[in-house]
Amino acid sequence: MILSIVILIVKIVLLIGILMGGFAYTMLLERRMLGFFQLRLGPNRVGPAGLLQPMADGIKMMYKEDLMPAAADPWVFRLAPVVALTAALSVDAVIPFGAPIHLLGLTISLDIANPSVGLLYAFAFSSLGVYGIVLGGWASQNKYSLLGAVRSSAQLISYELAMGLSVMGVLVMAGTANLEKIVQWQGTHHLWLFIPQIVPFLIFFITAMAETNRTPFDLPEAESELVAGYHTEYSGIRFAMYYIAEYVNMITASGLAVTLFFGGWLGFPFLPPIIWFLLKVGAFLMVFIWVRATLPRFRYDHLMNFGWKVLLPIAFVYFLGTAAFATGVL
Amino acid sequence: MATETPAELRSALSRDTMVINLGPQHPATHGVLRVRLELDGEKVLRAEPVIGYLHTGFEKTAETHTYQQATTLTDRMDYLAPMSNNLAYVLAVEKLMGLEVPKRAQYIRVLFAELTRLASHLVWLGTAVMDLGAMSLFFYCFREREIILDLVEATTGVRMNPSYFRVGGLAYDLPDGFHSRCQAFIDDFPRWMTSFRGLIENTLVEDRLRGVGMLNREQALALSVTGPMLRATGLAHDLRRAEPYCFYDEFDFQIPTRTEGDSYARMWVRIEEMYESLAIVRQVLPKITPRGPFMTADRKVALPPREEIYGNMEALIHQFKLVSQGFPVPKGEVYQAVEGPRGEMGFYLVSDGGPRPYRWRARTPSFYNLQSLPELCRGELVADVIVNIGTVDIVLGDVDK
Repeated sequence: MILSIVILIVKIVLLIGILMGGFAYTMLLERRMLGFFQLRLGPNRVGPAGLLQPMADGIKMMYKEDLMPAAADPWVFRLAPVVALTAALSVDAVIPFGAPIHLLGLTISLDIANPSVGLLYAFAFSSLGVYGIVLGGWASQNKYSLLGAVRSSAQLISYELAMGLSVMGVLVMAGTANLEKIVQWQGTHHLWLFIPQIVPFLIFFITAMAETNRTPFDLPEAESELVAGYHTEYSGIRFAMYYIAEYVNMITASGLAVTLFFGGWLGFPFLPPIIWFLLKVGAFLMVFIWVRATLPRFRYDHLMNFGWKVLLPIAFVYFLGTAAFATGVL
Repeated sequence: MATETPAELRSALSRDTMVINLGPQHPATHGVLRVRLELDGEKVLRAEPVIGYLHTGFEKTAETHTYQQATTLTDRMDYLAPMSNNLAYVLAVEKLMGLEVPKRAQYIRVLFAELTRLASHLVWLGTAVMDLGAMSLFFYCFREREIILDLVEATTGVRMNPSYFRVGGLAYDLPDGFHSRCQAFIDDFPRWMTSFRGLIENTLVEDRLRGVGMLNREQALALSVTGPMLRATGLAHDLRRAEPYCFYDEFDFQIPTRTEGDSYARMWVRIEEMYESLAIVRQVLPKITPRGPFMTADRKVALPPREEIYGNMEALIHQFKLVSQGFPVPKGEVYQAVEGPRGEMGFYLVSDGGPRPYRWRARTPSFYNLQSLPELCRGELVADVIVNIGTVDIVLGDVDK
């Protein structure tokens, strides 16, 4: 009993450490890659090849003054970034990072919790993240922030349904909502689910970009329109929390995509499972960065049209087809 | 929000509009433009440009300068297309004086006016697409612009405010090896344009621009809109063709037009114009001999050559008088306009017969084009306001003068 609690605590600390490190180096990777895409070098001064840049950024953020507008709602203003970050970190609790390992006669699965409704949990918490944005934008008492907050809630309702429907096919095929079992199903059937579910996978990936507020869906923080959107008034560590939340969301979305559609930790045996998982997540992060370097931004009514009139019907029809196929109707 | 008093908020009749200041310090206003927006949600009810944050009083300053000195002021108005402003101004003075300028100098002027247009349109393309949220193209466009600026620097010694065109001709001759460098740019550029177009020819960009910022021909004419904005409404009005100057009638080029009158049309008019400018550069370059006259022979206007100044008393006196007092310009008034990258760039000069202008007025295209912003933005979204500011292509130095 005590042993399992110790193991749980170790796992939580490790996960948060990995996510924070992942955030720091995803950010560095993005800045370096964007630099190369854009004929620049990116940050390369701090440490060898700029590898210590995240530390420098972190220290800078900590020491910045934490400003709050006089008219802001102090409680909500302080709480909102925490909500955003907590929601972002919580999702990862159910994502299995590798195959269960056997240690001291115990089977330790490489996720913190392994509920049978893991997928639902992941979706519930990833949707909570938008509260951080809406509350932060509302509490700032800044018009640009308010517009950003309104946009993010409009965005949420446009993509969330399509996102939910896009993973229903996976649920039906694997017959479980437990993320570890979904991966195991893909292992035993030697079939990564993106092959039968390629269209839902694309929809999932597009909506995941919207959920993480990344280009081309970075409307809530559209720099050229809304200055910085919902986090215009934030500074110092609270701004950093939003920033971390965005990148952790990116990692989470990539992790979910890998788990649901690309066989999670599965891979050829010459590398350990956790490395396979991280490699696949890294590949997705690269796509995120690549898209950011290439595409312009949607307009928010176009995004709503796109979500409701294109993604949702396609996801729905494909899900019906999958369900009919899986139950033997077709 | 913050500007509404609580009483207004409580009233059932309060109009749910929000007044928001876009600028003067805002990432997408290309300088210090301030736009007062009245919003209903994200819908724009009214957009009102507030200008003057960059007012420098060039027109009044010029009255205290000699005609030759005032050329340097023109650079600083539209700092993205300084050579076009130079050209309009020196042509105006030359017209008033009836000055004969060597044909070679005129060709070099054409060359640099078109290179400037290319550079200016490149900045426009990069920033307009950056306003849409795509960052990378900005850097690619600036790299190409850098090559043009290198050509300018090799010729004039500076990059941004060259003041290369002078009344009577040019400040200096072309440097050695200019032709091969320019030819390399001409050969390289279409390839880059193809890759730029690869980044903007997609449905996302088209969705953002099509049908946004509609301006029909009547409105455009009523608002004195010129340049690519006017041509995007279907009117093929281009001063290079309508009132040729600098032997523009010798060159074979098209005037790109579109009929839709929206942001998408404005974008494509400018992109096609870049190809036409390149065609003119390609035609004019072989006509320019590597060495030859570049300044008028009129010694009352042109500075004497260096070697004469050191050995000839009259030349020294002439140089001193021209630099310290300038040359007199016959009494009269003149208006001369050229087709700048943004539209009709004109100068209206009144001379009282002295060496300094009595009145020096600049008709800057951005100022007039910006007038159309309220029309363009009415009933559209905040995101479209940014698009419109981008496709009107304003330079605030040009607006505020």
